[in-house]
Amino acid sequence: MAFVLQQLINALALGSIYALMAIGLAIIFGILRLINFAHGELLMIGPYLVLVLSLLGLPFGLAVVVALVLAGFVGVIMERLAYRPLRGAPDVSLLLTSLGVSMFLQNSVIMAFGGQSKAFAGPAFLDQRLPVMQNVGIATIDVVIFGTAIVLVVLFTLFVTRTTLGISMRASAENLLAAQLVGINLGRVIMVAFIIGAGMAAVAGILYGVRIGKIDPLMGFIPLLKAFVATVIGGFGSIPGAVLGAYVLGFLEILLSGSLPSGVTAYRDAIIFVLLIVVLLVRPQGILGSGEAERV
Amino acid sequence: MYYGGIQALKNVSLHVQPGELLAIIGANGAGKTTLLRTVSGVLRARSGSIRFEDRELTRLSPYQIVHLGIAHSPEGRQLFGGLTTIENLRLGAVQRKDRAAIDQDVEYIYGLFPVLKERRLQRAGTLSGGEQQMLAIGRALMARPRLLLLDEPSLGLAPLLVERIFEVIARLKMERVTLLLVEQNARMALEVADRAYVMETGHVTLEGPASELAANPAVERAYLGG
Repeated sequence: MAFVLQQLINALALGSIYALMAIGLAIIFGILRLINFAHGELLMIGPYLVLVLSLLGLPFGLAVVVALVLAGFVGVIMERLAYRPLRGAPDVSLLLTSLGVSMFLQNSVIMAFGGQSKAFAGPAFLDQRLPVMQNVGIATIDVVIFGTAIVLVVLFTLFVTRTTLGISMRASAENLLAAQLVGINLGRVIMVAFIIGAGMAAVAGILYGVRIGKIDPLMGFIPLLKAFVATVIGGFGSIPGAVLGAYVLGFLEILLSGSLPSGVTAYRDAIIFVLLIVVLLVRPQGILGSGEAERV
Repeated sequence: MYYGGIQALKNVSLHVQPGELLAIIGANGAGKTTLLRTVSGVLRARSGSIRFEDRELTRLSPYQIVHLGIAHSPEGRQLFGGLTTIENLRLGAVQRKDRAAIDQDVEYIYGLFPVLKERRLQRAGTLSGGEQQMLAIGRALMARPRLLLLDEPSLGLAPLLVERIFEVIARLKMERVTLLLVEQNARMALEVADRAYVMETGHVTLEGPASELAANPAVERAYLGG
């Protein structure tokens, strides 16, 4: 029982990290048809900014807030310099550009901080365990991760269903031509999408860094791939699908780690990517993706 | 005007008077849709000039053009398929801040097209073709445009629905909305319009009062199946 509960919490924490990444991937893909490979670097930049700001003497909480603002700024600059000039270019040009942006950011951080991992820690209480039942210690950080993800997902949902800007964002993802014709300021919608995507990725990176206790310049790559798998499982471009896919993936990974014989656990990620291929073959529109054709 | 490297419009010159219903008729590929999309700013004119109330439009973004008072009900409806009818309508007013007046205008659209009220919480992609066309026109009207561009509002609709759409166009004309109507259904268009232009492969070949064009033997032969 204790084991199951602990695994459940692990799965929720892991799924939450993927969900925070997947939302940004899904909204940016929805509007620009861009699979933003540099999204993993937005995750990586978050904790590095916190590290620098802490060295400058800021307390952790304040460092996080400033880091999120700066990460949003990085997202905006990324879009302005790398993607906006390519408006109207083939999708594959955007994809390759995002790979270039990803490498540029990775190597910039390597130049500044070196390629080795750095220790990363949050406030001490995050490392403690919450005694819930006898024998079950739940890490505070896992609860914080899950709680943060839920709060942000709810806030984001309210944003895209209740505010004009949020509805404009969904509309732009639905039909770019119509969005222009009704008078949506596309430049602004895209900018906000990058701010939100970058902010959520940075939050994920900071939480992830605290959880594993270290950060490195390449730490964004695997979460990016996993978030990509999550969005495919859920239905690419669908935001609820991305969140659902992220938690499904979190549970699958923990299930595989817990149930596979110890010699095979190392292949967990390989099994996950086989799953991606199976989903693409059997249900390419994902769990929540709309398979229905537009009726005329 | 070039479209995908091919010159789609050549020396097209036309003007719309305030309060008038101007029709542009012509066959497929004559450049009618290209013309409207250039006015809306989603396509860029390589040369030439488009002026609206003494403002030059050719360098403006689509949202700035909407802001000046031009709304566009596009060919193929181009609705937000995954969004509800009411969300689509409200997006038509995305630049307006007058909430109370927006609510009134939603009711006005429901008055024009009562079926949209029944469908208000339904996703636009699940509406019938006729309902989608009504929603496309309604969404454009929600901007309270001073010039409304209507691209092929009757395309692909059953005759009864075509009648219904043209009734609404006639009503908008009575309400002095300036209309630029692009139609392949030349008979209906010339019946309702004040003036009309005939376009062929990127050129304007004829222009004049709609009633005169409807009586013109060449137009009758080519477009009215006479």
